[in-house]
Amino acid sequence: MTSYPDWWKLVFGRFTLEAIPYHEPILIATFAAVLLGGLALVALISRFKLWGYLWHEWFTSVDHKKIGIMYMILGVIMLLRGFADALMMRGQQAIAFAGNEGYLPPHHYDQIFTAHGVIMIFFVAMPFVTGLMNYVVPLQIGARDVAFPFLNNFSFWMTVGGAVLVMASLFIGEFAKVGWLAYPPLSGVAYSPGVGMDYYLWALQIAGIGTTLSGVNLIATIVKMRAPGMDLMKMPIFTWTSLCTNVLIVATFPILAATLALLTLDRYVGTNFFTNDLGGNPMMYVNLIWIWGHPEVYILILPLFGVYSEVASTFCGKRLFGYASMVYATVVITILSYLVWLHHFFTMGSGASVNSFFGITTMIISIPTGAKIFNWLFTMYRGRIRFELPMMWLLAFMITFVIGGMTGVMLAVPPADFVLHNSLFLIAHFHNVIIGGVVFGVFAGIAYWFPKAFGFKLDPFWGHLSFWFWVVGFYVAFMPLYILGLMGVTRRLSRFEDPSLQIWFVIAAFGAVLIAFGILCFLIQIGVSILRREQLRDTTGDPWDGRTLEWSTSSPPPAYNFAFTPIAHDLDSWADMKKRGYQRPLTGYRPIHMPKNTGAGLIIAGLATICGFALIWYIWWLAALSFVAAIAAVIIHTFNYDRDFHIPADEVVRAEEARTQLLGRA
Amino acid sequence: MSQNHAEAHDSHHAGHHDGHDSHGAAHGSLRGYVTGFLLSVVLTAIPFWLVMNGVLANSTLTAIVIMLFAAAQIVVHMVYFLHMNGRSEGGWTMMALIFTIVIVAIALTGSLWVMFHLNANMMPDLHKM
Repeated sequence: MTSYPDWWKLVFGRFTLEAIPYHEPILIATFAAVLLGGLALVALISRFKLWGYLWHEWFTSVDHKKIGIMYMILGVIMLLRGFADALMMRGQQAIAFAGNEGYLPPHHYDQIFTAHGVIMIFFVAMPFVTGLMNYVVPLQIGARDVAFPFLNNFSFWMTVGGAVLVMASLFIGEFAKVGWLAYPPLSGVAYSPGVGMDYYLWALQIAGIGTTLSGVNLIATIVKMRAPGMDLMKMPIFTWTSLCTNVLIVATFPILAATLALLTLDRYVGTNFFTNDLGGNPMMYVNLIWIWGHPEVYILILPLFGVYSEVASTFCGKRLFGYASMVYATVVITILSYLVWLHHFFTMGSGASVNSFFGITTMIISIPTGAKIFNWLFTMYRGRIRFELPMMWLLAFMITFVIGGMTGVMLAVPPADFVLHNSLFLIAHFHNVIIGGVVFGVFAGIAYWFPKAFGFKLDPFWGHLSFWFWVVGFYVAFMPLYILGLMGVTRRLSRFEDPSLQIWFVIAAFGAVLIAFGILCFLIQIGVSILRREQLRDTTGDPWDGRTLEWSTSSPPPAYNFAFTPIAHDLDSWADMKKRGYQRPLTGYRPIHMPKNTGAGLIIAGLATICGFALIWYIWWLAALSFVAAIAAVIIHTFNYDRDFHIPADEVVRAEEARTQLLGRA
Repeated sequence: MSQNHAEAHDSHHAGHHDGHDSHGAAHGSLRGYVTGFLLSVVLTAIPFWLVMNGVLANSTLTAIVIMLFAAAQIVVHMVYFLHMNGRSEGGWTMMALIFTIVIVAIALTGSLWVMFHLNANMMPDLHKM
C-alpha cells in the first residue's frame, strides 16, 4: 500500500490506484477487450458521422417506440455480461473438486454470483419487460405516445445509469460479495467495508427511480389514453398484464427504495436499523426486501403472460380462450403476490403458525397461474396453429413453466422447504421459472413484434436454431441442479470436496455452453435478418394476421403511430375491423401534435449517475456538486416551454400515401 | 365503461367549471381550502398540546392518540388538498387509494406479525435483558 497525501483524500475520496484491479488477469483481459471494442465502436460511429444521428434520433428521443427499442438493446448488452458471469461460475464449479481450487479465487467468485443475480434481474429482465411494454402498449391502445414522453426518456437513462455503475465496478474497485439481495449483517459496514456494497446500493437506487417513474407513466397511459370504445374489458390482454405489472411496480419499488435507504444509512451515517446492536434487527431487512422481492417476480412474469396470450391467439387464429378469466387471474395474482413473501424465509424461524399461513397462500397463488395454462391450452384446441417462432417459444414455455411451477409448490410446503432451502434445488426452481417463463417470453415477444418495429421479419432458420439451443441447453443446465439440490448441495459454493458430485456440475456446465450457442444464434439471427431484410420485408404492417391495434398501422409505425385515432368496437379490435371490411381513410389528414425531443433526461440521469459514483467513493465535493447540478437541471427543464410541435398535414399525407402505395403492391 | 364514466363526469363538472377538461380531478374552492387549512392546524395543535402539557399520564396512550390524529390529518389532506373523492378521475383515484390502503395494511400488519414471531423465536436473549 502506497501512502497518499492528505489532498488526495479530499479530491478522490477513498479511491486509490490499488482499486484498479491490475492483479486480476481475467479482469485485465476483459477490460482490454471492452476498451478495444469500445474504441472500435466509437471510431466506427465517428467514421460514419453517426453521433448527431444517435443524439437527435435516439438518445434525446421521447418517442416510446425508440425508447422501447433502446431498452431492449440495453437488455441484450447486459444479458451478455450477466451470462458471462454464469459461464464463469459454471466453469469454476465444474473443475473445483477434491483439492483443485479452480481458477476463481473466492472473493472474485462471490462478486460474480452477486453480479449475475443483480444484473439478470435488474438490468436484463427489467429492461426487456419495460422495453416490450413501452413499445407495444401505446400501439395496442391506439395512442400516439405514452402519457409523459419526457419522463419516459428520463426513466430509460436512469436505468442505464444504474447499469453503468454496475459495469464500472468491474474495473474500478469491486462489486458486492453478498448475494443478489444483500442480507445484513453481511452487507453491513462491519462485514462489507469495501465499495462493492455501495456500488450495489446506488446502482439499484438510481435504476429504481427510473423503474418507478416508468411504472407511473405506463399506468397513466393505459388508464387515460385508450382509444375511444376500448373499455377495460376490451383491452388487449398484454395491456392488461402491463397495467397490473405497473401497478405492482408503483406499489413495491418504493419499499425497495426505503429498505435500501435504511441500509445505506446504516453504512454511511452509523444508524442501527439492520445491525445486531442497539435494537437493530437484520431479520427486518429480510422481511422488507421480500415484501418488494416477491411482487418483483410477478412484475417480471406478468407481462410475459400477456405476450404468450397474444401469441397464442394470433398463431392459433382465434380469440383467446377465457379472456375474462385471464384478466381476473391476472388481477388476483397482483393482489396475492403481496401475501406470500414469507415463503422466501420459512427457515428464519417465524414458527408454525406464520409458516403455514404463507405456505397456504403460496399454494393458492398457483391456482390462477394454473388457470392461465389451461386458457392457453384451450386457445390451441381446434385452432389453426402456425408453428412460427413465437408459437414455439410458447410451447416450450408451457412445458417448462409447469415443471418450474410444480417444484415451486414443493418449495411452498414449509417442512419440505427446511430441506430444500438454500440448496441448488431452489436455484434450479427459480431459473426454471425465470428462464422458462420470462426469458422464453421475451424471445417470443421479440420474434413477434420485431417485424412491427423494423418492417421485416426475423430470419426463421437462426431463430429456430437459437430456440433449440436455448430449450435443450436449459434442461441440460438445470436438471442436474435439481438432483444436486435433492442431494443437499447448497448454493453459492466455489469449491467442493465430494468428487462424486462433479459429473453433475460438468453436465450443467455443458448445458450453459449450449445456452451460450443459443445466445450466439440469436445475435446471428439479428445480423442475418438485417442483411436479408429485403427478402424478409413485410409491407402490410400485419405479417402474422394479428388481432390487436398495433397491427393496423404500418411497420415500422410512423412517429405519430396512427394518422387517425382508431375506434375499438370489440375485443381484438383489429381482427374485428378486418372482419367488418375496414377501409383505411385516405384523405382528411390534419397536422399532428407531438412532443419534442429533449436532452434533459440524459443530462439529469448522467448527473445522478455521477452523484452515485461520488457517493460510492466518498468523493463528497463531487457528490454535492452533481446533486445540486441535477436539481438545477430539473428546474431549468421545467422552464423549457418549447416542448411540442405539429407534424404538418402534408408530411402526414406523404407518409400515408407511401403506405397506401406499399399496401397496393402487397 | 369508461365512456359512461366520462359522461357522468361531464355533467358533474359542468356546474362549476367552464371549459375544463372533463377527465381532470376536481379543483377546490376557497372555502374548501380554508376548511382544510383550519382542520389541519387544529389537528396539528392538539398533539403538540398533548405532549407539551403532559395532558395524558401514560406516554403509550399519548403516542396512540397522536397516531390517530396523524391518520385524521392524512384524510383531511386527501379530501381538501388532493381533492380526492369517489368521483374524481372517473373513480380511479378512489380505487388507487383503496389499493394503496390494502397494500400498506398488508405490509404493516404482516411485518408486525412476522417480526413478533421472529423475535419471540429467534431472539430469546433479548427478552431476558
